[in-house]
Amino acid sequence: MLRLTRGTRIAFGIVVAIVLLFMYVPLFLVIINSFNIAPIASWPITGFTLDWWVRAFQNEALWTAVTNSAIVAAGAMVIALVLGTLAAFALQRYDFFGKHTVNLLIVLPIALPGVVTGVAFSNSFNNVLEPAGIQVGYFGMIIAHATFCIVMVFNNVFARLRRMNPSMQEASMDLGASLWQTFRLVTFPQFRTAFVAGGLLAFALSFDEIVVTIFTAPAGVETLPLWMFNQMARPNEATQVNVIATVLILLSFIPVYVSQRLTRAEEEER
Amino acid sequence: MSAPHATTTPGAPGSADPERGHGGVELTAVTKRFGETTAVDNLTLTVESGEFFSMLGPSGSGKTTVLRLIAGFEEVTSGTIAIAGADVTGAAPFDRTVNTVFQDYALFPHMSIAENVAYGLRVRKVAKAEQRERVATALEQVRLSHVADRLPHQLSGGQRQRIALARALILQPRVLLLDEPLGALDKQLREQMQIELKQIQREVGITFIFVTHDQEEALTLSDRIAVFNNGKVEQVGTPREVYEYPQTAFVASFLGLSNLIDAAHAERLTGVATAISVRPERVRLMDARTEPAAHETCVDGTIVETVYTGPTTRYIVDTVDGLRVVAERHNDHAPSDTAPYHRGDAVRAVWVTEHAAIVP
Repeated sequence: MLRLTRGTRIAFGIVVAIVLLFMYVPLFLVIINSFNIAPIASWPITGFTLDWWVRAFQNEALWTAVTNSAIVAAGAMVIALVLGTLAAFALQRYDFFGKHTVNLLIVLPIALPGVVTGVAFSNSFNNVLEPAGIQVGYFGMIIAHATFCIVMVFNNVFARLRRMNPSMQEASMDLGASLWQTFRLVTFPQFRTAFVAGGLLAFALSFDEIVVTIFTAPAGVETLPLWMFNQMARPNEATQVNVIATVLILLSFIPVYVSQRLTRAEEEER
Repeated sequence: MSAPHATTTPGAPGSADPERGHGGVELTAVTKRFGETTAVDNLTLTVESGEFFSMLGPSGSGKTTVLRLIAGFEEVTSGTIAIAGADVTGAAPFDRTVNTVFQDYALFPHMSIAENVAYGLRVRKVAKAEQRERVATALEQVRLSHVADRLPHQLSGGQRQRIALARALILQPRVLLLDEPLGALDKQLREQMQIELKQIQREVGITFIFVTHDQEEALTLSDRIAVFNNGKVEQVGTPREVYEYPQTAFVASFLGLSNLIDAAHAERLTGVATAISVRPERVRLMDARTEPAAHETCVDGTIVETVYTGPTTRYIVDTVDGLRVVAERHNDHAPSDTAPYHRGDAVRAVWVTEHAAIVP
């Protein structure tokens, strides 16, 4: 353990406090302002009301946006889980021509600016597929999201597979298990936590994606981030955004909690 | 796909399994190449049913590859493998009546000890009640009933080793393959496990094929030993045969210490121009003026080093014509006495001529 003098420790404490303030004060303001009587965010709030909460929960456009986001994120997550896992197995277990290139191509979309992905998909959908008579619509948005969600699953599963003892699979088959039994009983349980963590990340990534969504959402379809973004332009409605932001802040504790629990369970197993 | 050996009822070792005892393994002209390297080179080998057969050799000699070929983890490049008389050359691991104890045990970390041991029965859909019964018997056999509910990482190395053994033996295979199973254990535990392995093998009466690079382990445990070098078998025989009558210089030097005397030197000593090997414990030292008997060979030199090993002392003797001979002598004199010879002494090293093995 590094020994620090009293002065250094106090200095570090102050730096940490400032960083945390910068991170969490704005979030706190959002939560407080969701109960603000005034339609415009302020500090201190002018009075307490639950009116915005009621209006938000009765807002049909908002619920449609939530549903859209959930469907898109779930769709992107499922695609990412299947393709990401398969890719991780292929690249971890087998040697083939162009392996490193494939690895690069799978990881690249996460580094690519969202606006580039958005323009690229928008062009392909509107200028290539549509003239050819193919309407991707809603599904196009899911596919666009899946391109960068795959990386989340791939990275997690790939790292886990690399640490896995290959004689485990051999032992399973040696004891009479078929390939499928081996996967179900031995292989999958060992990368299950990485699979779930990758899935959660993929879902979260898609759920709050706005840049790619702007370019690929079909006309008239709003995901939650898109709805919030559009709301901000209408001053009288802006406070409802605070309400939904507060809900999202609370919801985001769930994946953080789950992933920490998973990691801890794993460490105990080692 | 369910193998016949798995569905037989538990019961005492040696009980009414009509096929028990038919667990020989035959490899015929087996070659295995990995890219450019030939790991196993045109190997023909027969393992008798019920014997404790060791494959001994340095790392990279092909012994582990042969084990993996028998288990079915690797496919032969050419040649055939038969287990219990049936050709299994192309069969998948789950279709072979052999089970393996892995070097790193390969216990499933997310399953309890009982679940690990039950695994082979579970994938064969054996009834739950029978599974429980057989797991209990198997754990008793390795004296680990009390750890049934623990996870593998909570066990010591020796315990994991015995669980790996129980997990493989519960399926009553015809042949048990062991890949350096004692390699990860410390010396004392290893010696204890050697005795245990031998006892278990005698109890269950099946063929054990044991891979090791530890020559002492192979000598201690085996009915027969195959000595591997560069993908080939140099010699197969009982521990005594391979130790006392090594057929090649490699076997002589890999098993224990050996004085290898090349053909030129041997001709000067014995009149026959073939390389020979003499074990240090067969070499006696005596005063340089003593005449050897007619049936003995002798060489004169100076002691350049003495090595005290506890039960024995080794004397390293160099001759004038560049030969080095090691003589090993039991320390059977009174404990307070020092060795009878010392560094710098001129001595005559003597052995019975026919105790030397010819190693062409």
